[in-house]
Amino acid sequence: MNFDPRYSTRNFTAVGTRPIRPDGIDKVTGRARYGADFNMAGQLVGRILRSPHAHAKIKKIDTSKAEKLPGVKAVITAADLPDHTNGDAAMYDILDNCMARKKALYDGHAVAAVAAIDARTARQALKLIEVDYEVLAHVTDVDEAMKHGAPLINDAVFTEGLEEKPVKPSNVTKRSQFGHGDVHAGFGHADFVVERSFRTEQTHQGYIEPHACVASANADGTADLWVCTQGHFVYRQHCAQLLGMDASKLRVTSSEIGGGFGGKTHVWAEPVALALSRKAGRPVKLVMTRDEVFRASGPTSATSIDVRIGARKDGTITAAEATLRYSCGPYAGSWAEVGAMTSFACYRLENVKTVGYEVLVNRPKTAAYRAPSAPMAAFAVESAIDELAKMVGMDPVDFRIKNAAQEGTRSSYGPVYGPIGIGPTLEAVKNHPHMKAPLGKNQGRGMACGFWFNFGGQTCTDLNIGMDGSVSLAVGTIDVGGSRASLSLIAAEELGIAYEHVKAVVADTSSLGYNDMTDGSRGTFSTSMATISAARNAIRTLRERAAQMWDISVDDVAWEHGHAVARGEKHGNLGKLSLKEIAAASGTTGGPIAGHSELVADGAGVSFATHICDIEVDPETGATRVLRYTVVQDAGKAVHPTYVEGQYQGGAAQGIGWALNEEYIYGKDGRLQNAGFLDYRIPVCSDLPMIDTQILEIPNPNHPYGVRGVGETSIVPPLAAIANALSNAAGVRMTHIPMSPPRVLAALEAAREG
Amino acid sequence: MVEVTLWGSLGRAAGGTNKLDIEAKDIRELFRKLAEQHPGLQPWIDRGIAVSIDGTIYRDTWSKQLPQDAEIFLLPRLAGG
Amino acid sequence: MAGVAVSTTINGDSVEYLCQPDETLLEVLRDRLGLTGAKEGCGTGDCGACSVILDGRLVCSCLVLGAEAEGRQVETVEGMAHGEQLHPLQQKFLEHAALQCGICTPGFLIAAKDLLAKNPSPTEEEIRFGLAGNLCRCTGYDKIVRAVQDAANMMRGA
Ligand code: FES
Ligand code: FES
Repeated sequence: MNFDPRYSTRNFTAVGTRPIRPDGIDKVTGRARYGADFNMAGQLVGRILRSPHAHAKIKKIDTSKAEKLPGVKAVITAADLPDHTNGDAAMYDILDNCMARKKALYDGHAVAAVAAIDARTARQALKLIEVDYEVLAHVTDVDEAMKHGAPLINDAVFTEGLEEKPVKPSNVTKRSQFGHGDVHAGFGHADFVVERSFRTEQTHQGYIEPHACVASANADGTADLWVCTQGHFVYRQHCAQLLGMDASKLRVTSSEIGGGFGGKTHVWAEPVALALSRKAGRPVKLVMTRDEVFRASGPTSATSIDVRIGARKDGTITAAEATLRYSCGPYAGSWAEVGAMTSFACYRLENVKTVGYEVLVNRPKTAAYRAPSAPMAAFAVESAIDELAKMVGMDPVDFRIKNAAQEGTRSSYGPVYGPIGIGPTLEAVKNHPHMKAPLGKNQGRGMACGFWFNFGGQTCTDLNIGMDGSVSLAVGTIDVGGSRASLSLIAAEELGIAYEHVKAVVADTSSLGYNDMTDGSRGTFSTSMATISAARNAIRTLRERAAQMWDISVDDVAWEHGHAVARGEKHGNLGKLSLKEIAAASGTTGGPIAGHSELVADGAGVSFATHICDIEVDPETGATRVLRYTVVQDAGKAVHPTYVEGQYQGGAAQGIGWALNEEYIYGKDGRLQNAGFLDYRIPVCSDLPMIDTQILEIPNPNHPYGVRGVGETSIVPPLAAIANALSNAAGVRMTHIPMSPPRVLAALEAAREG
Repeated sequence: MVEVTLWGSLGRAAGGTNKLDIEAKDIRELFRKLAEQHPGLQPWIDRGIAVSIDGTIYRDTWSKQLPQDAEIFLLPRLAGG
Repeated sequence: MAGVAVSTTINGDSVEYLCQPDETLLEVLRDRLGLTGAKEGCGTGDCGACSVILDGRLVCSCLVLGAEAEGRQVETVEGMAHGEQLHPLQQKFLEHAALQCGICTPGFLIAAKDLLAKNPSPTEEEIRFGLAGNLCRCTGYDKIVRAVQDAANMMRGA
């Protein structure tokens, strides 16, 4: 099947409108079923015992007392999850993270689990499990962990990516480097140089729905899993591999998902639930508590970043350099590497060098969080850029415009850019009325840019046309925020029928071919491409059927506005056949009409955003309030503009929370001190203003409708935008995120004294 | 013959070379020859490598043709949110 | 433990159930009565996803015992629509796309209903403070506030 993904201009009828989403009614009436809303007959309650220690050797686990408690049906430890990973190091880490094998590596690391007839019995059983720990020295801070003599988290780790293989193990798993030109020479040409060190604290994705699943393993080796996930096909593969079963024997059904943002791209408790069910011979429901969500799932990296940028008097950047250290939790990752790739991606640089270090610490395994690794790097770079603009004496927007990357620029991570949107977002910001609005006392305005890669990936979609002419669309990418509406619009557009006649569902893993997960902003980009392809295949069949009905050659049948039209003089009197008429006749023209598509949607293209924000700082308390906020971002083509706005607003709100409040706080004992929404404070309604959005549409050449991913980039600029606003409001340069009231107050006081 | 730039941690895995000339018509052939010539890259290929062809990143389309004068970068595969 | 027999009214219907003395109203609603509209986001009164109205007062059902519902009136999201007819708040949440993942939506609808019952024409600030006990991680609240404003207009007009 030759599907041509290239963009061509067209006049849209359905795409670009704002209908009500198909899953909306269920969600406002409380009928939609999320992870914890599903039950099976005879199901047990699963619970996980977690390490209270940041780092400890597990010498012995005695489960005998727990097993004897009436109502307990299964108790498992790592021994019940034998290693089937066959040398796949990344999968082994996932296995070890699901259930600690030899050492507990962070406060909250799972060490055992039970399944019992009810929650109370399960909780009691956990208390009866005796774990003999040998507590080891721990390290939770990223800079401390890099120091010589820091407690070693894994003594088999020798830093990859160094000139010479190190002789001693360390907590640094990898060094990676990007860049081009000669930064040394570049700094030699600079009239001004900014050099600063920054830190950002660890944050959590903070989805409101805790991880939840129901697992049912059968005696014949098959199993069912109901789960909230961003990728049920990926969960199926991971669970099947970890449990040593055939993927096709495990059917995974995705529930509605109550937020993910990257945190539900990773299995945590699902393999444990399956193992419990296998041992107990009954279905097991396992729902994490909020405390467990914070202690054991999620978080992003904590970072420490040094930045140096130099510019000539005329405002040209001559050299830029960054060293980035990202915590990975106790397992190897590539978080700093991505940070190093994204740091300077917005700019046209002759000389640039970035170096990333992946650092192991006794904290939960780092997971992706919306544009993972980019916000921290952007915080450091965009703060330094702002400072440099001031030194040069240029307006920060003009300074960025002067140095912005454009088509043909060699990106800081290597490749040369095609058509990109950084320039247009900056121009839009320059001309935005927000930039000219007056400011009051203690108020300041800041702006910053952000970059993210978007993904495509493997996608499979089925489009079935019913006898009544209505269309069911089965997709395999999870709907995290309205994609069923967008995809229905796409199918309606391509077929030329009304949106109301299309119903999109997310199919389970046994009903559709493999799909990558909804991550990297790929959901609408990839699945819309597959939907267009499936619709085009269906249209070919529709034309064939119409040709049969008319008894003419299919070459003489075209498809226009939802109708088959006969072409050519000799068919002048044939009129049109609607999709509905062709569908009604399908039983006698060859059976059901469907279009399928299996493809790899590549060429997603990169994404840029520029944000503006106004803040007010209270000089007495150090509290910062966001007064006004504007997001400008390129969407390629906004399929359902309301949901595109929603992505921009949601990303910005998460970035604002990260900038001002959210952080993991560890005690000296290595335990997480604030594992709850009371002390880990995400923005509430009264913390935020309305968030204005401006959608730019610069078509993506690699998508038939020009669509780009839109989900992630908006979390990237807020950290620096707010820091820059604070600097303009109060004259203090904040280098430590979050800019919580005590930190801001300390900076204000230092400035007053200084 | 296409010129391929190995980026990030990949250069070291190939024994310290950053630029390679390889006779390959598509991504599949490129990966096969890379693994033959630099066995250190095999685990990276298994884990997933993204290929940037003239600035557009391909992760899974191994049948993608490599134009003769194209600029080709191999990058580590990323995780998204 | 011996169960407690409770007779209460939920969304206008009289309901009887047996529950444990330490069981929360949220657990009763979800696990015993199958009313899974109220969600558990935290279990500690910090997220508002479990919001219900108890005798005209907005509460977190995760902080109320099932036994405390004895003889009282409970309103949940399942009782907001009248048959096919959605409550204006439900309608406006849909029109404004005030939900992305939707897990917070039942809590917001109940909290907003309570807010508008007490203050039929709230300012933006009153809405923001009135809904500050409910967490939403997806929307940035912008469209939620607009939906509540629009619903308030519609309800005043009706
Ligand atoms: S579950 Fe009750 S407030 Fe969060
Ligand atoms: S819509 Fe997802 S938490 Fe509010």
